[in-house]
Amino acid sequence: MKIIVGEGSCGIAAGAEKVYSAIEKQLKKTGAKAQLGITGCLGMCWLEPLVDIYDDSGALHRLVKVKESDAEKIAAAANGDICAVAQLEIDPEDAKFLEQQTRIALRNCGICDPMSIDAYIERGGYGAIKKALTEMTPEGVIEEIKISGLAGRGGAGFPTWFKWNAARTAMGADKHLICNADEGDPGAFMDRAVIESDPHTLIEGMLIGAYAIGASEMIVYVRAEYPLAVVRLKKAIEDARARGFLGKNIMGSSFDCDMRIKMGAGAFVCGEETALIESLEGKRGMPRLKPPFPAQSGYKNEPSNINNVETFANVAWIIENGGEAFSALGTPDSKGTKVFALTGKIKRGGLVEIPMGKTLREVIFDIGGGIKGGKRFKAVQMGGPSGGCIPEALLDTVIDYKKLAATGAIMGSGGMVVMDEDTCMVGMAKFFLDFTAKESCGKCVHCRLGTKRMQEILSRIADGEGKDGDVELLLELCAAIKDGALCGLGQTAPNPVLTTIKYFRDEYDAHISEKKCPAHSCTALLRYTIDPDQCRGCTLCAKKCPVGAISGELKSAHAIDTEKCIKCGQCKSVCRFGAVFVE
Amino acid sequence: MPDQKGIQNDLSRLDPVFAEYEGVYGSLISILQEAQEIYGFLPDDVLARIAEKTGNSIAQVRGVATFYAQFRFAPSGKYLFQLCCGTACHVNGSRALLDVLESELSLTDGNTTPDGLFTLNEVACLGCCSLSPVVMVNGEVHSSMTPEKLRALIKELSSQG
Repeated sequence: MKIIVGEGSCGIAAGAEKVYSAIEKQLKKTGAKAQLGITGCLGMCWLEPLVDIYDDSGALHRLVKVKESDAEKIAAAANGDICAVAQLEIDPEDAKFLEQQTRIALRNCGICDPMSIDAYIERGGYGAIKKALTEMTPEGVIEEIKISGLAGRGGAGFPTWFKWNAARTAMGADKHLICNADEGDPGAFMDRAVIESDPHTLIEGMLIGAYAIGASEMIVYVRAEYPLAVVRLKKAIEDARARGFLGKNIMGSSFDCDMRIKMGAGAFVCGEETALIESLEGKRGMPRLKPPFPAQSGYKNEPSNINNVETFANVAWIIENGGEAFSALGTPDSKGTKVFALTGKIKRGGLVEIPMGKTLREVIFDIGGGIKGGKRFKAVQMGGPSGGCIPEALLDTVIDYKKLAATGAIMGSGGMVVMDEDTCMVGMAKFFLDFTAKESCGKCVHCRLGTKRMQEILSRIADGEGKDGDVELLLELCAAIKDGALCGLGQTAPNPVLTTIKYFRDEYDAHISEKKCPAHSCTALLRYTIDPDQCRGCTLCAKKCPVGAISGELKSAHAIDTEKCIKCGQCKSVCRFGAVFVE
Repeated sequence: MPDQKGIQNDLSRLDPVFAEYEGVYGSLISILQEAQEIYGFLPDDVLARIAEKTGNSIAQVRGVATFYAQFRFAPSGKYLFQLCCGTACHVNGSRALLDVLESELSLTDGNTTPDGLFTLNEVACLGCCSLSPVVMVNGEVHSSMTPEKLRALIKELSSQG
């Protein structure tokens, strides 16, 4: 019998390490014969901590929301009484979340032990790089990637084979293959899951890429906020080196290549490839003008190729199974699968990998289970701060690079944040501009000043100080910034503003003309009142109010002085009679 | 020479770092990261020493250090609260958590409480979006936070001192 505890960052945050220790203790105490191990992130985050039990017949029992106190039941199961854990087993409705997915990039995540190179090899790992080194030429590898139709999964969607070929044919003896593991998009954690759960797939994918372009050095640029990913990747690199999969004469071939990790230091702009290179060189992460492109002049001004983690995570599978197997999935313009981080006001939040071509509705409602708390869907934000908000009317949009771009949003890295009726879209636009204005590197005027001005206008609107003409001014700024910004951060910063104006203009108008927030979210526009018919005069709210804005006699209806009210909401949260209203 | 607080930092603690990165191209950020691990933040005299040993001007070193959000130029409190303000956490109520920190501790982004116990950094995204809203305290992730849970946590940590 095998007992496997899911230990990705989410699992650990939910208490998985404590669950593991409790199970270990109970197994020892009862003398049960079972192998206890760990795995990475399965991507069913709303059910963490997860424990998979493979009984003696090999059947899987997936236990969810496991607590330390459940360890006794698990030990009992290990001692022969599998029924002891029946209550913890996954609901078949929840299990459909995974059943509806097609996992290529995530094929090993949550299944094998991320700290074991043997577990990876048992599942066919390092077979693809062996095939590439012994049976294929670098040109042949690039051709296979071309057939697959693999496009950059970091957000730009650029054909991977093209970039590899450009680096391959560039002049220069020293070439560098770089993995962009900066994953700065708030709401995106696909890359974190891959590195924590299947670090060897990244190493193998990069080795194939390095062989293809002729690089002898591979660098993984990981953001500072992913300490567990760094620990697991470091171990994987050491193990790979010990097996002769990294270093000189890999697998007995004439191919030399090694790998190192470079930590980011907290700068969203370093997700842009030229800014990333500047950061690798120990400088401020300020983007460079392109051309020249990194393929010609990148790290140390030498030919370099940068790809995202998820892009590399597909490569070994493609080489093993053939490019055609990958391009058989997806749409004519978007081949293969894509991993999405489904979060926000969703019932089942986690990682979803599906072939391109499914609709947003299928992902959010069929797989994600729809909106939690019985609320109404309002919008889905795709592509992080570079993306846009897609309304209900467009839920049948097919997931495809071109079709999503037509809505004004982008595929992006895969962050999908679902919003409901309580989300203010003006507030969301302001949220994204707060982010991009702060993260702007400052190099070019359009982004540096443009994002600041947009942020100021949106703040005024959210604070009830919007003026006629503000929306038009925002649109004018958006056009100018898109046109003049040096890099992708600036060029796409207007997207959240453009899409929220396009699809939620009425909310902007309400904020500006009526000084009202339809979603009752923008604090400055809220008005707290007490319904005299509901109020019992218990005085609890008056006592709780931090600014003494509520007056009233005991057992008489109370009233709020809206001039003094700071809209903290404490009165509403303490009222037991539902007498406090927000509008 | 002492740093901005008049403290004489033991700069010899940097020597192993300089040895490790001797001749390594583009290692300034890595050196700054290791220096912050040693001293808890980047004091002026440490920056000056790094400038001297890496052949950069102090302005160049400060220019790089101030670009990145990870670097601190003042000691942080005993408990470093990194409150995630990413999209999913925002949608699921990170604002309410910020309000708690402001009302209970008068604590805002980038600052430390006068008693030196708590520092707050608003961070962009910790990648635990399905468990939002999330607060990381000294590297430990606290998930599915509510204002009540946060108040209880502050109380617990305050009593520990």
